[in-house]
Parts: sequence; structure tokens; C-alpha cells
Amino acid sequence: MTAKIAYDDVEVGTELPARSFPVTRATLVRYAGASGDFNPIHWNEKFAKEVGLPDVIAHGMFTMAEAVRVVTDWAGDPGAVVDYGVRFTKPVVVPNDDEGAVIEVTGKVGAKLDDNTVRVDLVVTSAGQKVLGMPRAVVRLA
Amino acid sequence: MALDQSFVGRTYPPTEPYEVGREKIREFAVAVGDDHPAYTDPEAAKALGHPDVIAPPTFVFSITFKAAGQVVEDPQLGLDYSRVVHGDQKFAYVRPVRAGDRLSVTTTIEAIKSMAGNDILDIRGEVHDEAGEHVVTAWTKLVARAVAEEA
Repeated sequence: MTAKIAYDDVEVGTELPARSFPVTRATLVRYAGASGDFNPIHWNEKFAKEVGLPDVIAHGMFTMAEAVRVVTDWAGDPGAVVDYGVRFTKPVVVPNDDEGAVIEVTGKVGAKLDDNTVRVDLVVTSAGQKVLGMPRAVVRLA
Repeated sequence: MALDQSFVGRTYPPTEPYEVGREKIREFAVAVGDDHPAYTDPEAAKALGHPDVIAPPTFVFSITFKAAGQVVEDPQLGLDYSRVVHGDQKFAYVRPVRAGDRLSVTTTIEAIKSMAGNDILDIRGEVHDEAGEHVVTAWTKLVARAVAEEA
């Protein structure tokens, strides 16, 4: 495992490059196929509304997959992630248009831990609202 | 109705091995729009110290969640899956999942709670490779929402 960022070069508060990830209905169909999660709340507007959602929503696991890219791109080696957890607090609502929704992710080093690892605290929002609670990853640096 | 507490600590038999394929990893990486070369180019993965292409961190969920189906569909437990939402998800990795892995999941019910009529289920999936080495642990919290009172 060879992360490109050195443990000694970061401190608590070091900010990671922010990213924004677009998500459209087509994205969700592709993710459903790749992940095997065909729950209709992620592609069928009629069904989503019948169960009380405002519209089709993104898979929580899709949002989780996007959010960690801020960490894996920064570290350089996705295999350097040793721990990753989130709480699904608010859905990412994906309207049926060309724009869809956008998932915005920022991250900063929240703690320096043992064994050359650091904890990265993420903030993940869509339409101005936090969609993941306490998204945190521990990554091993060089 | 609250779920039976006696299911806490119950462990289900290990699943049949899931063989991780390079093309399945590629499909997943494309689906999440991630073009990191370690997911598709074996040489790039090797340059990082991996024996073959690796999977994105959340890839393994598809395997652990399918294994958690043993709990969800356990008729004795009687969870109403139509009311279930995914509450939390956490992974602890010993090493990344990689192409060629044959992964087996051992699923355990860690906790059952009832809050405001919601049933909350904590499920742990221990993922091992064919050699029996521990690869990753996945913790999944499922919440079965209370049946709404009819107006």
C-alpha cells in the first residue's frame, strides 16, 4: 500500500480537495445494475411517491461510494482506507431531468492516529442539506 | 411488534464463496464514476503494492448485504422487509477486496432494539477469503419503521 500523502505532512485541520459529484436517473440505473440493488425507490417515481418519498432517491450506498472518493483520490491508493462509516440521515432526491442532483463533499483531517493513520471527517451535502451523518474514514498514509 | 431479543448473538452459516471478477469491479467503478486506475489496470494496482486490481471500498457491501438476507428473510425472526431502511453502514478493512478473491461472509445479529415502535437491527458480516484470512468486517444497521397509524 503506497499512499501518496505523507503522515508527517498533514496536521489536524488539513483540508482535502473538495469534490462535487453529479447524479441523474441514468446514474442510478447504472448503479442498481452494478450493485444488484433494484429497490424501485431508486428508479420508479410512482413507487417512491407511494411510499412517501418526494421523488426517486439515490442509493445510500451510492452516496457513500462517492463521498469516500475525496479520501481515496487524496491518499492516492484506495487500498489505504482502513475504516469507513456513515449514517444515512437524509435522502439525495434525484429529479427526472438532465440536471439531476449534485453531491458535494468536503473533508479535513480530524485526528492523527497511531500507525501512520489519520481520521478524515467528511461533510456530504445535496441541495444544501447534510445527507450523511458522521461520515468518517481512517486512512493509512505514507 | 418488537422482535425477539433471543436472536441477539445468533450467527448464520458462512455463505458460499463469491468470486470477485475484474469485470465486476470495472462495472462498479464505472457506475460510481470513479476512474482510479487501481480498479481497472492490474499494472497500476501492482505499482501500489496490490497483487491485482482492487475494488472500491464500498464494493463489498453487495456481498455482505446479500449475506444479511439470511437474517432479513429468516421466517423465525419475522422482520417486515417492506418497512426496512438502511440506517448506518461501517466497514473495517484488513486489506482491500481484489480480483480473484473468493469471499465468504459469516453474518451475526449484534443487537436488536425497539425505539418508538421502530425495530432496529445491527448486523455484522465477517468477510474471509478462501485461505480463511479475514478481509473486511461490515456493520449494517437496518431500521424497520413502525406501521403508521391509520387516520
